[in-house]
Amino acid sequence: MELTFYIAAAVAILSTIMVITRYNIIHALLYLVVSFLAVAVVFFTLGAPFMAALEIIIYAGAIVVLIIFVIMMLNLTQEDVQREKEWLKPSVWVGPAILSAVLLAELVYIVAAGTPPQTEAVVAVDARLVGLSLFGPYILGVQLCGILLTAGIVGAYHLGRQKKKVIHRFLQERSAAA
Amino acid sequence: METATPNYFLIIGGVLFVMLNVAAALIWVERRLLALFQDRYGPNRAGPFGLLIVAADSIKLFFKQDWIPPFADKPVFVLAPAIVVVTVLMSFVVIPFAPGIIVADLNIGLLFFLAMSSMGAYSIILGGWASNNKYSLLGAMRGAAQMISYEVFMGLSLMGVVLLSGSFSLVEIVEAQRGLWFFIPQIVGFVIFFIAGIAETHRLPFDIPEAESELIAGFHSEYSGMKFGMFFIGEYMGITLISCMIVTLYFGGWLGPDFLPPIVWFILKTLFFLMIFILLRASMPRPRYDQLMEYGWKVLLPLTLLNLMVTAAVVLWVSE
Repeated sequence: MELTFYIAAAVAILSTIMVITRYNIIHALLYLVVSFLAVAVVFFTLGAPFMAALEIIIYAGAIVVLIIFVIMMLNLTQEDVQREKEWLKPSVWVGPAILSAVLLAELVYIVAAGTPPQTEAVVAVDARLVGLSLFGPYILGVQLCGILLTAGIVGAYHLGRQKKKVIHRFLQERSAAA
Repeated sequence: METATPNYFLIIGGVLFVMLNVAAALIWVERRLLALFQDRYGPNRAGPFGLLIVAADSIKLFFKQDWIPPFADKPVFVLAPAIVVVTVLMSFVVIPFAPGIIVADLNIGLLFFLAMSSMGAYSIILGGWASNNKYSLLGAMRGAAQMISYEVFMGLSLMGVVLLSGSFSLVEIVEAQRGLWFFIPQIVGFVIFFIAGIAETHRLPFDIPEAESELIAGFHSEYSGMKFGMFFIGEYMGITLISCMIVTLYFGGWLGPDFLPPIVWFILKTLFFLMIFILLRASMPRPRYDQLMEYGWKVLLPLTLLNLMVTAAVVLWVSE
């Protein structure tokens, strides 16, 4: 199980790096899907199968599909790829890369010097436990999310509202005459 | 699952073998049944009852020129048809065909099925996008919107079953149906799941992503040879999968009177739903795209939520 964790984690990191460095957005998003799948495997190996399933259903299955859906409508051409290429200059990524490297060094130090995390105490977190904690100690968060989602739905309805169009030409004449 | 005996690999191999062959056999079944419903003969020349048309079709698909359009995005174009077959085959992992005949009894079996079916949407989207063709792109966009929307109701309609059985594991769901098959208390959930299943596999009447009369062939217009064959096989395996899921979730899976072995019951029930899929194709007209979306969001979603709430209330009431 430990080996699968490290493999999945490595895949997640590699694919996330690929997401950033691809010039073609669809290819980048494909790597993002791979990254989500790898994170799902990480969840699974850490004893949270329910989270792993939700990760795939929600992130890989719904959110990225919606992003791709939007990008498909943009009709990207080779020029856009070229422009992406120009945007990704060393001057842009060197700063964040150095800061991340510092964090990585710290992480390596902590892992190497500190006590290894207790892997024996892993408890499988199934749907029942997730539900109990969501509707127990975290009930406030659930309700706040509910309010946020309601606001989002109302807003989307307002933006998308339009008068019902009559598509058939005969019906249109009749409704114009009436 | 821990005892990885040779038997275990036998089950994996058996499931793979049977599913791929069922998909091929469905080519013949569908054509003969369609012909029957439409008062024609259907394929009846090659072999007994035209059975050899399966062989003829497969050989044709294998030997056709496998052409990748020069304007296509090559890696994605090649990847897309593989995704549909892989995700559908992966979903069969959690289906209990009979006691003991299951590849992996995951305790999140139902969610695993939902996850795999939502990953299946990528094959349409990527296939249509990578083809770099107007019709393909239109098909892909329709497919993406349709599959995302109907996934919502599909997931929610299944939750009634989860409430009644108290588990995501498909084996436990089947065992919970010993007294009463779930299609009686969950008739609304069953109908919605069936409709959503048709939309997920983009079969007629909901074959809007490919709609040959308006979009040529939609997302797979540019595909030929075995790559097209993969979409084709993927679709047939998809309807087999949905039929298996309907049987498992609502019609008691392998349960049935004792005079037949469990696996036979499962196969008979699944075949029944496969025939219903084909009958629907023969008898229903295709709705317009906006009608499909309106129907989904304005009719099915409220109904699903209502079903879920009523089920939850009844379960609470009974348990108290």
